[in-house]
Amino acid sequence: MTIKTTKNAVSRRKALLGLGVGAGALATSGLMPGAMGFAQAQSSAPIKIGFQKHATGIGAAYGRWYDATTTAAIQRINDSGGINGRPVEIVTEDDGTDPSRGAEALEKFEKLHSCDVAFGTLFSHVVIGSAPRAAELKLPYFVVSEGHHVASGMLNRYTLQPGITDVKSQVVSMAPFIANNLGKKVTMIFPDFAFGHDHRDFFTQAIEAQGGEVVAKIAIPPTETSFTRYFPSIPRETEVIYHVMVGPAVLTFVKEMGEFFGPSRPELFGFIDSLEAVGIDSPGLEFLESTYFWEGMPRHVQDNQSEAEKTYRAAVGCDDRGASLDDPADVSTYAHMFGCWETLNVIKAGMEAADYQGPQDRTKLIEAVEAMSDMPESLDHPQGAKRFNGKTHQVFGQQFISKVTEGKMVVEHVATIEDGLYEDEVDYTTQSF
Amino acid sequence: MTVAGKINTLHFGILLFLLACFFILPAYHVGALSRIMVLAIYAIGLNILFGYTGLLSLGHAMFFAAGMYGLGLSIKFLGVSVIPAFGIGILSAAVLSVLVGLLALRTVGVSFMIVTLMFAQTIYLVVLYFGEYTRGDEGFVLQQAERMLLNFDVTTEAGRYFVAFGAFSICLISFAALVQSSFGKRLVAIRENEERARMLGYDVWRYKLLAVIISGTVSGVAGALYALLFGYVGATFASVQYSILPLLWVLLGGAGKTIGPLIGVAFMFYLIDASSAYTSAYMLIAGLALVILTMFAPRGIAGILQAKVWPWLP
Repeated sequence: MTIKTTKNAVSRRKALLGLGVGAGALATSGLMPGAMGFAQAQSSAPIKIGFQKHATGIGAAYGRWYDATTTAAIQRINDSGGINGRPVEIVTEDDGTDPSRGAEALEKFEKLHSCDVAFGTLFSHVVIGSAPRAAELKLPYFVVSEGHHVASGMLNRYTLQPGITDVKSQVVSMAPFIANNLGKKVTMIFPDFAFGHDHRDFFTQAIEAQGGEVVAKIAIPPTETSFTRYFPSIPRETEVIYHVMVGPAVLTFVKEMGEFFGPSRPELFGFIDSLEAVGIDSPGLEFLESTYFWEGMPRHVQDNQSEAEKTYRAAVGCDDRGASLDDPADVSTYAHMFGCWETLNVIKAGMEAADYQGPQDRTKLIEAVEAMSDMPESLDHPQGAKRFNGKTHQVFGQQFISKVTEGKMVVEHVATIEDGLYEDEVDYTTQSF
Repeated sequence: MTVAGKINTLHFGILLFLLACFFILPAYHVGALSRIMVLAIYAIGLNILFGYTGLLSLGHAMFFAAGMYGLGLSIKFLGVSVIPAFGIGILSAAVLSVLVGLLALRTVGVSFMIVTLMFAQTIYLVVLYFGEYTRGDEGFVLQQAERMLLNFDVTTEAGRYFVAFGAFSICLISFAALVQSSFGKRLVAIRENEERARMLGYDVWRYKLLAVIISGTVSGVAGALYALLFGYVGATFASVQYSILPLLWVLLGGAGKTIGPLIGVAFMFYLIDASSAYTSAYMLIAGLALVILTMFAPRGIAGILQAKVWPWLP
């Protein structure tokens, strides 16, 4: 085969000239990576917040309610004049509850949508998979995850969790109530993966500090669909069962536990994570009557409901039982989703403190948030007062212990901020930007 | 031009195009291409086994994860630098592929698929079981300072792109040379008619084992590279989802075609990327695309190219 040349063929000189002109045009239009600069935002241009949403995958139920809360929070912020006089716009990307797609979402926020910050991630593996990219992109990344990964020092200076407490703080603050009111000999039943291991490790230490002990640790493989065979492993001396099962098998877990124990059971203490987006009055959950749950924020309206909580509940579209106003069967993730509302208010406060004008002020924004400390209970923080630790990038707040009473979650005890404090494990402020 | 010349021109043309992409594409697509090239290496790994040898593995995530954890754990716990860690990652995948090959090749057909799936599930559960070290489903981060390749920072856009490009170039050229070699032709002979290959005197089992080892090791290279370039090691990459994805990429791009993996990964990536902007049912769209391609172009996009444009496509 031969290659034919024609008179119309482009000469080398013309080709090089064309390439040069093309490259010049691309560079001036900001398309070449090296020339990619942020065009200074006009004062009226919206502030863009990238919302990394679990729209699909295992976190979809959370994602839907995180979305509803985010929308409500942004509407309130915009109704009150936006941030630094600029409207706020949410750019949503589905991360599929997958760490790889999570990192891709951050890339889109930064490079396609020119977002100012990213926010909203819940599931730990997505946070941990995305955080390195946030640092590389120099994109402030505000997570709503409750994982200990931020405060543990695993992540970086660009990743902050100012709107929801972490699992270590939650567990530590539960231990005194359990030891003093339910019993000191505890059997733990937990999923055999990182979330369950965090509970196992943190609670074991915390209950020992209260003079109690974990008498058995029963790890359930994540693929398990039936649980009856694990219950005979619960020692007879057990006074409290601490359970943190999550996922679609939770209803089976509770039902089989009820069938195993019948009317004579130890005290039960669980984390509402097990039953987020699930009605406590669902068939098969009758066994949970008179048992206790940790709640990040009480799902059911309490007698002493604050005005802030009342306004927040209405804004996110939830009824007195934490279900959608449009569909009582659509139960929210009420114990966690307040974190989106509060995080967005922290971003607003941080941007206003830093006089944020655009991406060139991102480091000032992070420093402004790091400088925050006490946040009083208000409509900005309807869950309650908070205390932010700028060194660990982690917020601390009150925790609720509710008892299921005639199908309603009634708050029995409120753990204070101080109950959930622990030693710093990192100082992110010593890291350079 | 000879067929070999055309093939070489095509492969080097693709590499030249990828190189040029760094300078002409917007930043987002440069980042996306880095990821696509790493995942295309993974798909090349599966293509060797599935596309050329006719062995369908449903558990290739175990090899990807072996490379990823080999690199990640050695950096985290042994404190070794990137190059020896990369070697450990590749070695982990190679050793695993030898073991899996020795056992799984005692089966054929559907049984082979199921056995590989079960091995992968075992590896996934092992990762979760040793959560104290692996951090299970959460995974762990490789810090920026731990990812320096000698004095070269792979966490910059350029660093990441050119390392991905370099690795992909080596894999594509080696892969093309392999499938055009007598060894590659023997693999194809096994795929087309195993009994006949055996009757011709070829030690079919040995060739299959070599195919599993090469395929698993290449997949491990991709896993180690992913951990290095994106700084995250997690059990998600050992899950069944990441065994199915390379199969989809290869089927879409063209099984048994050297350029199939790159086309398949790029097509799937941008299909999901674009469709997810409009609907949360983007996987349905991806599924429909696969069904349509399977019905009307069973040999994938590269198969269409071969039928319509480049009949010499290897």
